[in-house]
Amino acid sequence: MIPLSHYLVLGAILFALSVTGIFLNRKNLIILLMCIELMLLAVNMNFVAFSHYLGDLAGQVFVFFILTVAAAEAAIGLAILVLVFRNRETINVQDLDEMKG
Amino acid sequence: MTFEAFLFYFFSVVLVGSAVAVITVRNPVHSALFLVLAFVATAAHWIMLEAEFLGILLVLVYVGAVMVLFLFVVMMLDINMSRIRQGFMKLLPVGLVVAVGMMAVMAMVVGAKVFQVEPPAPAGADYSNTEALGQLLYTEYVYPFEIAAVILLVAIIAAIVLTLRRRPDSRYMDPARQIRIRREDRVRMVKMESEKK
Repeated sequence: MIPLSHYLVLGAILFALSVTGIFLNRKNLIILLMCIELMLLAVNMNFVAFSHYLGDLAGQVFVFFILTVAAAEAAIGLAILVLVFRNRETINVQDLDEMKG
Repeated sequence: MTFEAFLFYFFSVVLVGSAVAVITVRNPVHSALFLVLAFVATAAHWIMLEAEFLGILLVLVYVGAVMVLFLFVVMMLDINMSRIRQGFMKLLPVGLVVAVGMMAVMAMVVGAKVFQVEPPAPAGADYSNTEALGQLLYTEYVYPFEIAAVILLVAIIAAIVLTLRRRPDSRYMDPARQIRIRREDRVRMVKMESEKK
């Protein structure tokens, strides 16, 4: 039988990996979006594991809403990405420095 | 090792391996495909955790819709990868340090005695996860559910409006102008003699 901490460690590994991904691919806007998806997945994994082990369905309802918001976020993010590429011909984060931030 | 434990470790290895591939492979198309594999492995985990509805939802919505959207966008854009990969290795040590540190801290927290909970007894064959979730969603969480619908509507409108592009040379029909037409503008009655055979 697998104890709860195994799932939590798995979620932690996923989260740490996606943070590393943000560090490594800091120029590529698409991979950055994918890393954010992976991060949300790690969080959802914890929610589902807790929901199962504590016998409370509220965690799964929460995952449901996170999935909804993540889908909306992906759609709008990709729309903005397409718009950026159409106007600037690049998705390199370093080239998007018009605002001198 | 029980079969359940074998499945857990198998899908965990697949999940972690594909997550590593997502952040390291050169081609963004491969990256998106590895993310699909990660989602599928996660869905298997969730189904083992008796969250069948969410597992299927993850495959249908994420693999079926969101990742296809990602793939469309990745293939549509013509990216110069050699420039974008510049300095990829430069931040690898920093990233590794941050990841290992974060991993160690989180493992210390979740490895504590409190979290060594054994799983509850598996639910009976007559238990339906979808039904239980639906009962909860349409009663206690009905307002958040409706807000989620509004969020999706906003996402649809935002995505369409952002990517809408009016090209001056494209031909389209204007319904307002179409219904404003009157018969007198178009049809002219002429009187003429009938022609002989």
